Amino acid sequence: MSNGEHLSKQYDHELEALRARILHMGGLVESQLQSAIESYEKPDEKLAQHVMDGDRLVNEQEVELDRVVVNMIVRRQPTAGDLRLIIGVARTVTELERIGDEATKIARAAKWLFDKQRNLRSPRLRDIHTSALAAGKMLRGALDAFARLDAAAAAAIIEEDRGVDQQFQAILRQLITFMMEDPRTISPSLDAVWVAKAIERIGDHAKNIAEHVIFVAQGADVRHASPEEIARAVSQE
Amino acid sequence: MGDSADAGSLELETTAPAQPGVAANPVVKAEVSGLSFYYGSFRGLKDISLSVHSNRVTALIGPSGCGKSTFLRCFNRIHDLYPGNRYEGSIRLHPDNVNILTKEVDPIDVRMRIGMVFQKPSPFPTTIFENVAYGLRLRGLAPRSAVADKVEQSLRAAALWDEVKDRLGGLASNLSGGQQQRLCIARALAADPELLLFDEPTSALDPIATASIEELITVLKDTVTILIVTHNMQQAARCSDYTAFLYMGELVEFGETDQIFIRPGKKETEDYITGRFG
Repeated sequence: MSNGEHLSKQYDHELEALRARILHMGGLVESQLQSAIESYEKPDEKLAQHVMDGDRLVNEQEVELDRVVVNMIVRRQPTAGDLRLIIGVARTVTELERIGDEATKIARAAKWLFDKQRNLRSPRLRDIHTSALAAGKMLRGALDAFARLDAAAAAAIIEEDRGVDQQFQAILRQLITFMMEDPRTISPSLDAVWVAKAIERIGDHAKNIAEHVIFVAQGADVRHASPEEIARAVSQE
Repeated sequence: MGDSADAGSLELETTAPAQPGVAANPVVKAEVSGLSFYYGSFRGLKDISLSVHSNRVTALIGPSGCGKSTFLRCFNRIHDLYPGNRYEGSIRLHPDNVNILTKEVDPIDVRMRIGMVFQKPSPFPTTIFENVAYGLRLRGLAPRSAVADKVEQSLRAAALWDEVKDRLGGLASNLSGGQQQRLCIARALAADPELLLFDEPTSALDPIATASIEELITVLKDTVTILIVTHNMQQAARCSDYTAFLYMGELVEFGETDQIFIRPGKKETEDYITGRFG
């Protein structure tokens, strides 16, 4: 009955371009996140500044993708799978822009550390590194799942968020211990809290993207759903 | 995918979850079961079963020649006018549970209960008033004031009264296309039908007249059950509660309109409503 293409080739091109664009924006945000973490761990002032400047590009992509989405809704009046893809892109754009903002917060903390030369006393937390890796992996996985519209992979990413949340709690406990032992670490410890919180939020946004992937692929809205409900939604082809 | 397991089946669960504008337990107005229709030896409809819910709008969609108009016309036995046409299966009209396809049932009685509005406005070549009054007189409603009251009531229900009340004696053909179509709806409503059939009622109208007919359909469903054939997918999405997708004489999918347009259960439905059909 059909070869999966629209009668309107132009519509096919537009949908393909939309997918490519959201993944391109995802790639940009991913590299912003990596650079932000690197700038914090070193700390590297130049790299931090680069991330802060780069947020402008992320914001521009957000506005541009939103414009394309509104345009497609007006011109094509999408239905079924096309509608879900376009709505999924619109929601994912917002998540990516917020991840960009969180990366900028991390870079700002890095720059501050560098400026004040307080890096000597800054608690070097292995756990921040680990949770940054985990959140980065979630983001990459969510974008991969989006590219392949793989609901099962998306469901696995939603599960991973719990680990990132637990790591944040562990980091918080450690920092509280530091601060109690030596009040001079309070200021840099608070910086570390902001960074850890930003990473935890990035995990949340990556999880949200994974939920949008399930909506696009299966038509099921799994936001606020229990793990069992998500499993059921994903298993129903 | 939530309810998609149900979406695949052609029988709609009567205990479907409540949706905006759709009651949890709709009453069945007409039950179509195993309906096949033959134009001579050509089988135009193949074993169709579905429930038409009371005070709801059910849209029939599908490509040209898929059988949606044929299906609609079974409801008022228009096919009887041509020799060689044959029905199989049944359409049971509730609450009296009568199969309107049997020879024992007079098509005229069926048409009293089931009105039809066609693609092109088809007013009688007479006055606005007479267009609506004609059917009433045919039914034996004689007193002049009773006829006048009913004409006004029908024109009001069709949202036409205010525009024509000062020229009821004028020719119907002088009305605009949208007004003529609403006049045809008023004419159908004068017979107090239980079911109204619309066969692409707006395809000859401009967007404003279309919007007024769609608005009217939404209002009318408080009092009648509506079946509408449309080529305009957005129209089906806008004004129907249930949607049936037909293809090559078969019912491919039937479900709540929201479900059909957001997450159709069948690939054929998805291909058709997203424009991938070819």
